[in-house]
Amino acid sequence: MNKVFIGCGAGFSGDRFDAAGPVVDTLSACDGPRYLIYEVLAERTLAIAQRLRRNDPEAGYSPYLDHYIEPILAKAKANDIRIVSNMGAANPLGAARRVLALAAEAGLTDLRVAVVTGDDLLAVHTVETIRELPTIEGIGLADREIVAANAYLGAQPIADALAIGVDVVLVGRTTDAALVLGPLIHEFGWAAGDWDRLAQGTMAGHLLECGGQVTGAYFADPGFKDVPDLAEVGFPIAEVDEAGDMVITKAAHTGGLVSRATVIEQALYEIHDPANYLTPDVVLDLSNISVEEIAPNRVRITGAKGTPPPPTLKATISIDGGWLGEGEITYAGPNALARAELAASVIRRRCQILGIQEPVRVDIFGAGAVHDNDMGSKRVQAKLPLDGEYRVRAAVRASVRKTAQQVSDEVLSLYCSGPAAGGGVRQYVTEHVSTASILIDRDDVLPHVHAREVFA
Amino acid sequence: MTTLEVPLHAIAHGRAGDKGNRSNISVVVYRPEAWNYLVDQVTADRILEVFRHKGATGCNRYELPNLGALNFVIDDALEGGVNGSLGIDGHGKTLSFLLLGEIMVRVPMECLPDGSPYL
Repeated sequence: MNKVFIGCGAGFSGDRFDAAGPVVDTLSACDGPRYLIYEVLAERTLAIAQRLRRNDPEAGYSPYLDHYIEPILAKAKANDIRIVSNMGAANPLGAARRVLALAAEAGLTDLRVAVVTGDDLLAVHTVETIRELPTIEGIGLADREIVAANAYLGAQPIADALAIGVDVVLVGRTTDAALVLGPLIHEFGWAAGDWDRLAQGTMAGHLLECGGQVTGAYFADPGFKDVPDLAEVGFPIAEVDEAGDMVITKAAHTGGLVSRATVIEQALYEIHDPANYLTPDVVLDLSNISVEEIAPNRVRITGAKGTPPPPTLKATISIDGGWLGEGEITYAGPNALARAELAASVIRRRCQILGIQEPVRVDIFGAGAVHDNDMGSKRVQAKLPLDGEYRVRAAVRASVRKTAQQVSDEVLSLYCSGPAAGGGVRQYVTEHVSTASILIDRDDVLPHVHAREVFA
Repeated sequence: MTTLEVPLHAIAHGRAGDKGNRSNISVVVYRPEAWNYLVDQVTADRILEVFRHKGATGCNRYELPNLGALNFVIDDALEGGVNGSLGIDGHGKTLSFLLLGEIMVRVPMECLPDGSPYL
């Protein structure tokens, strides 16, 4: 066997629904095993899914599953493209049943689907046990309602699921890179000890997991980093050989760009210490990788090194995060900044009068707000034109909805009770989930991990 | 040798990501000629100063000479991050361009890409 071809159809929950089409077309023409991954499970997405499942036991998988799977399922099956995704979210079994239903609707009678379960810590541990685990990041867990607790599984369970011989593997929480490394372990038989190969496979996964972020999207900076036809950016495909050497390219007949620069930006994305990127499968050292353009839109990556993974797994704990209340209003034309500043001070005074205890932030967009702090201290020192277009935004976080709504409503009231000519009010009052990361001994998780086929 | 004082944006690009209240920003030179100037001038202390107003408490710099890249990890740079920030960009996705705009470097013209709008 020469190469394994792995394409990416989505890099986050809400990514373009039609991006996978050209990836499937391109994979269909590749000579070798083909896979299509979808990474759609951010930390908060899983907590929201957990809440959905509480209200409806059959729900809790990706709400976009139909949008992603339905358009490509028949063609993927016809071309032996196996699908691996974390669309299972809080309910991989429910997701599998939904995919089988979509297959039946499409007239596919022989589609086989497997799931991986065991990431859900609440299924096997008590809340008290979870609260006692060491927190490495995020807020404290004491006295907060735990909405979800999921360990990051590695690639082996995905490889186990593929070994059953199925067309589709659905998981909940795994590392994003495992969606790519799992198929590579299955195809090449890499095992513990093949640390450099596992590191290259993890590198491939890291490069693919954000979809267009490696093919010119989230990269374009006109005049500095130009990207052709961004509106039709092609999603990435990795070609990986048995040694773990890989080429990153993209779907044929699409826009976008794969270059040394697009690959380097994604290689370092959220990686922290490049010599010590911890995963359940391997510790990845990418500090000495080579990134080489070998042809237009083809970049070869070699030289990732691996060492054995730590004895613990990371888990994300999701906690009730209260409410965020926001309101926005725009001032434009002569003296707009002075009117916006007046609006900001009216909002602050009104929150005092109403007895709001929580900190309220008031931004002025157009005056450097997004890079400023809660106090707006950069704006105070800046010399900005009074005339122009400025948008005022108030924001508060509160444990109860009422307070969030009150602050948002103070912006609305500026229509008739604020400075001259405020317009375009928008209000947002949204419920939030907070997260913390903890470490758990892998022996407390892996005995509960199962890969199994699901039947309609 | 003619040198120019330009924003970091003239010689490098980058991307920001987050984990909790920590920001991770890469800085990658367009041309290999710029690498030594980047390493000499764009120190962790200077980056920390850019984020001090947000409450940043520390900055680690990782060097990747093969890639012409520095990777900065800035502690407490996100006013609570997506868990707690009141700002519009809790992830700090836009912060790569704060850094690229605020840090000034003095470099020879050869460090800028051909046709750079800064020339």
